[in-house]
Amino acid sequence: MARILDKLELTPVTRLFVVDAPLVARHAQPGQFVIVRVDEHGERVPISITDFDPEAGTVTLVVQEVGRTSGLLCALEPGEELLDLAGPLGRPAPLPDTGHAALVGGGFGAGAIYPIARELRRRGVRVTSIVGARTAGLLILRELLEPASDAYEPCTDDGSLGYHGFTAARLGELVEQGAGFTSCFAVGPMPMMRAVAETTRPSALPTFVSLDPIMLDGTGMCGACRITVGGETRFACVDGPFFDAHAVDFDEAVVRSKMYVDEERVAREPVLVDTLGGA
Amino acid sequence: MGVVHPTKTAMPTLDPVERRAVWDEVATGYTVERALAEARRCIQCQEPLCELGCPVGVPIRDFVRQVQLGDFAGAAATIATRNVLPAICGRVCPVEHQCEAQCAVLGRLEPVGIGRLERFVADWERAQPRSGTAARPVQRLEQVAIVGSGPAGLTVASDLARLGYGVTVFEALHAIGGVLRYGIPEFRLPKAIVDEDVERLRELGVEFRTDVVVGKTVTVDELLGELGYSAVFVGTGAGSPKFMSIPGENLKGVYSANEYLTRVNLMRAYSFPDYDTPVKRPARAAVIGAGDTAMDAARVSIRLGAQETHVVYRRTQAEMGARAEDYRRCAEEGAIFDWLTLPTRFLGDDDGRVRALECVRMELGEPDASGRPRPVPVAGSEFELQANLVVIALGTNPNPLIPQTTAGLDVDGHGCVVVDSETGATSRPGVYAGGDIATGAATVILAMGAGRRAARAINDYLEGDGDDDGGA
Repeated sequence: MARILDKLELTPVTRLFVVDAPLVARHAQPGQFVIVRVDEHGERVPISITDFDPEAGTVTLVVQEVGRTSGLLCALEPGEELLDLAGPLGRPAPLPDTGHAALVGGGFGAGAIYPIARELRRRGVRVTSIVGARTAGLLILRELLEPASDAYEPCTDDGSLGYHGFTAARLGELVEQGAGFTSCFAVGPMPMMRAVAETTRPSALPTFVSLDPIMLDGTGMCGACRITVGGETRFACVDGPFFDAHAVDFDEAVVRSKMYVDEERVAREPVLVDTLGGA
Repeated sequence: MGVVHPTKTAMPTLDPVERRAVWDEVATGYTVERALAEARRCIQCQEPLCELGCPVGVPIRDFVRQVQLGDFAGAAATIATRNVLPAICGRVCPVEHQCEAQCAVLGRLEPVGIGRLERFVADWERAQPRSGTAARPVQRLEQVAIVGSGPAGLTVASDLARLGYGVTVFEALHAIGGVLRYGIPEFRLPKAIVDEDVERLRELGVEFRTDVVVGKTVTVDELLGELGYSAVFVGTGAGSPKFMSIPGENLKGVYSANEYLTRVNLMRAYSFPDYDTPVKRPARAAVIGAGDTAMDAARVSIRLGAQETHVVYRRTQAEMGARAEDYRRCAEEGAIFDWLTLPTRFLGDDDGRVRALECVRMELGEPDASGRPRPVPVAGSEFELQANLVVIALGTNPNPLIPQTTAGLDVDGHGCVVVDSETGATSRPGVYAGGDIATGAATVILAMGAGRRAARAINDYLEGDGDDDGGA
């Protein structure tokens, strides 16, 4: 059980939760995730850790309502409990100690890049955060991310704030303008991460994406989350979630992510469409 | 004694056709009459060889004698001196390779159905009114942490709690039982039995903590350090599924047995959408491998509606790892066994879903390293086997989390934690290990045997007369 201490509505479909989880908070590192179960009939779902405070014993999770489980999660209120929360799982993001990192966050991914920005700055790495959403009102966590970044680059599909277009396009512009990136980390929807990979491939900029495949136990026991990276099968839950973006087989990852689209149609409640896009 | 009946007293089972659609336990258990009849087949040897075949040393002759006399409570007490999970062992032990393989009547007759009698006694006792909570022993100061709540961990927990130690069991998943919970299906081991055994351990004072991934949420060093545990037992099992590394393995609909069984058993995907976790349930299924897990997976696929389930194995029935009884029940339920068949690739449709296995026929050649005849491909025998669900049940590797995060813990070339086979002691003072994490994938009862030995060694260690290698 993990008690919800605080809850914020970031957008109409995105919630931020501060959860009491002292052991998880104490060991969490940027790039890791937790597995959550909401009720006795519920699935085990992975959620990126957006923030962690070992002193307060809390972890912060950002959840976007896209289906049944995330819908149930978003309906929880402070004082209520998550039935299960296990973590921190996965390997920490492979962060550098020097240089200039481009962090790309699409939609809810803006939350996941925040702890990476914070840690990179602590190490003395220059941070440019490029975050995207469909429209200005859906951009999240600017108040956290902007102060944690040397440069903050909002992008909107409709041009209502910042760059008019996708994050990968803005990343490409900055590369061309000579931003001098030495590494890149991207978290968000699969098409966005794939576009980032293609953007940095020609220049061979070291790029890592946080893959979010279907998971079950999250501890390496089942292999549901297998991903092909550089021709080898890896488990995202224990070998990732961050992988070399230029070695990931995105075609396969996209196909596998749609394993249960038919079943999702008959889940206990209708599945909402992903209204954010965030590419 | 009169003449011993040549065959075991039959185990009542659900009808093979009817049970294809239900999850109820297939073997419904002996009645009192059948148990008495079967117990009477035991000739009460002077030197009971059967007991040598039991990894936990159950006094088999004595409990069978008590059954002969109708003293079922006495029989239960006799079993309980050595086996803390008899209702489970009586169902899942590979008896034909253990106690029953040593039975004196074997050769001329079928052995005494020791496993069936153990189950009968355990079930009889479970049905009796409970006489209050078990008296707790004198409490000792030392606390022991147990990592993993499978058969090894539960056995250590029970033994140490009875000795008065404070025991905390840490489990990574949200439910207790390890492979008993996620691996073995309801129709072979009802989860209510696991629940009852866990409840008895709680009554003994054992504390269970779910959702704690030792190595991630907390480390072994922290358990032994600031968290104040005096010893740690690692029973994390063979957690990592083996794949085949052949083309198409990541097509949709190709599962490891661990994933397939966990979805169904732990997450109850058979009740989707009432439970949220889905599982594929197509009309044609193929299971690769022929061990207990493969039989479980095949029988699950049948219950999930497969009209045709193939069990594909590169060797023959003589080399299969499954218990004879489970193989027979699997065949009764309609599974088709393709012996001497090796899948070489998985073929998909345009949507990335598996549609067939490309296979090659094998023949047996010279013995290989395991002593079994090596299967060799027959040239030109390639064929396609249609299947929209594939379950790979070829075993597992040890879970690497604890070795990766615990300094000074030696592992062998297979990733197994190196232990003293008599005590379960690892290279790290105060840290013991047993079950699949130490031996590689094996059985419930072997894990329990290892847990029993480790509990004794931990007690010795904590009483100060164990190995004095500076760890105390």
